[in-house]
Amino acid sequence: MSPVKTLFRRVFERVEAGFDLAFPATLNPFRQLGALGWFFYWIVAVSGIYLYIFFDTGITRAYESIEWIMNEQWYAGQVMRGLHRYASDALVIVIILHLLREFSLDRMRGTRWFAWFTGVPLLWFLYAAGISGYWLVWDVLAQYIAIATTEWLDTLPFFGEPTAGNFLNSAALSNRFFTLMVFIHIAVPLIMLFLMWVHIQRYARPRMNPPRELAAGSLLALVVLSLVFPAVSQAPANLDRVVAVVDFDWFYLAAYPLLDVVPGGQLWLILIVGTAFLAALPWLPPLRKPAPALVDLENCNGCGRCADDCPFDAIEMGPRTDGASYDTEAVVNPTNCVSCGICAGACPTSTPHRRATSLVPGIELPGYPIATLRDQTRAAGQALTGENRVMVFGCERTRRLEALSGSSVATIALPCVGMLPPSFIDWVLARDLADGVMVSGCAGGDCYQRLGQNWTHQRVARERDPYLRARVPDQRVQVLWTRVEQTRVRERAVAQFRNELPDAPPLTRRAARTAMEGSTSG
Amino acid sequence: MASWRYLLQIPAYAVFIGVVGYFSIAPEYQHVDPELAMIRLAFSHAAERVEPCRELSPAELAALPPNMRQPKACGRERLPVVVEFEIDGELVYRAAEIPTGVWKDGASTVYQKFIVPAGTHEMVVRLRDKRDTEGFDYEESATVALAPGQNFVIGFRAETGGFKFQ
Repeated sequence: MSPVKTLFRRVFERVEAGFDLAFPATLNPFRQLGALGWFFYWIVAVSGIYLYIFFDTGITRAYESIEWIMNEQWYAGQVMRGLHRYASDALVIVIILHLLREFSLDRMRGTRWFAWFTGVPLLWFLYAAGISGYWLVWDVLAQYIAIATTEWLDTLPFFGEPTAGNFLNSAALSNRFFTLMVFIHIAVPLIMLFLMWVHIQRYARPRMNPPRELAAGSLLALVVLSLVFPAVSQAPANLDRVVAVVDFDWFYLAAYPLLDVVPGGQLWLILIVGTAFLAALPWLPPLRKPAPALVDLENCNGCGRCADDCPFDAIEMGPRTDGASYDTEAVVNPTNCVSCGICAGACPTSTPHRRATSLVPGIELPGYPIATLRDQTRAAGQALTGENRVMVFGCERTRRLEALSGSSVATIALPCVGMLPPSFIDWVLARDLADGVMVSGCAGGDCYQRLGQNWTHQRVARERDPYLRARVPDQRVQVLWTRVEQTRVRERAVAQFRNELPDAPPLTRRAARTAMEGSTSG
Repeated sequence: MASWRYLLQIPAYAVFIGVVGYFSIAPEYQHVDPELAMIRLAFSHAAERVEPCRELSPAELAALPPNMRQPKACGRERLPVVVEFEIDGELVYRAAEIPTGVWKDGASTVYQKFIVPAGTHEMVVRLRDKRDTEGFDYEESATVALAPGQNFVIGFRAETGGFKFQ
């Protein structure tokens, strides 16, 4: 990882650790930035529609109509205008943080280039939408924006007549240009919405809604801000006066002061080259992708669990091609596959108990076959000595996972914990390779492979197929979701788990039968 | 979730709305010193064509398709518009603005801003748009008292006599 990414990562780790003190892992706003972006977008859209009902699009009446909303409808208009402005600003914050965070996590190369690449133009639309919105108020800030923007646009070789000529003085002002801005302020967010939809196209189950508590908290915070610190207009625009000093929205207008020191053409060049560089980042350098998942039709019964669990929509169920009696078979789209192995973890044939045939599941990673995982697990377990032996299956992105290893603790790093079939836990205990199994992955909502943490959690909790077998005592299995840098937390968790193991009930076939009978009768 | 965690969320949200609320309106930005005034010299004007139009002979007209028979043949390219602007006797702007368009057949445009101290200023503006002129075809001068923060515009329309101070 480049030093720049590492630096960003360290900063985010510190900040996220601080927020983890106040928020449960899945509610930490830094793990919900994309979803918060959607949420703020909808707040802006709904509040904008409300404001538009009362907004007069004529340039001489625009300012007055907004003042009317603010003065006559403080209970709704003031709140709606506040929400419109502040959610727009919050949208800038979460989008910039989202971009930086995904960059720091290196979640934009390989298959993920698509989301990154389609997200970059969104930045332009975001700013176009915000800036055109300020224009409509037609106060001195709008006047400044109108003149600065048109002067900047005029540095492009597209306009025969200077567009800034529309704002020379009061006599030159016409409704026509203003109407164009109203159109832009409505059209650009709609295009933005379309691009946001494109942005998430290659993700299965994209997170478009933040958790309810976080959404409620964010909305409440913005409402409070709107009431305590209403978003107000500045003095009405007067083109016969120069805008000397103006209260500034730095979220949207931070580039504008540069126009006073950098020629407009150069600023265009800087922004265009910067955008191109940003869009090219997924290939600087390109990711060397491991081989994509491979389907073995002899072992694939077309159950569809792999397709359900794939976080990147890389698996589809297609018609059977081998003449077998099943209806469908898994078909991998190698372009979308990130080789996380979650599909192998979902496959019911990925069971280490198999003896009659070689261990080749219906789908697995050629670079890390399930048979290899079984061999590694067996070897690691057989090397364990002492009491309260623990086998830790962890995500390879976990920092210093191997530091947990010792004479009584073995660690096995997987591309994602979601690659671990629950049957491995049962197998480790049944073969007495360890006294307990710990599954350690990324903190809630922050799985590098998106859904591996979710699926593993549900599989071990026996809520998602393939289920952990009922005969496995809960006390002998521990799942641990931590941030990658929380080495000491993991060490303490392993130590505590080992201390508790002597009290854990054993795994027995009798227990298995009893449990199965119980579940059948239930 | 432990209740103390809810309490910790309050400062987190407070920081969030504090940052949003503050930077949405502050710190203020000074674009121009409020004690100064601005003069904008801004207009579009098409100069004469580089080649004068030529009357077509009857033979030339007859050779053209009926729908293209114009009595005059004119080249497309226009001359640059030469502009000079003086403030208090000092030449602050002089340019030969080339016409717009791929074939240079459009209007030349001028859009210039000058920040000046408030007070009385003598301004002289000149423009040349013809082929055969020595010097300038238009000239206008005025003594103007500018208030602090005033936006003063000098425009040009040949149809209304030339420069307009407003």
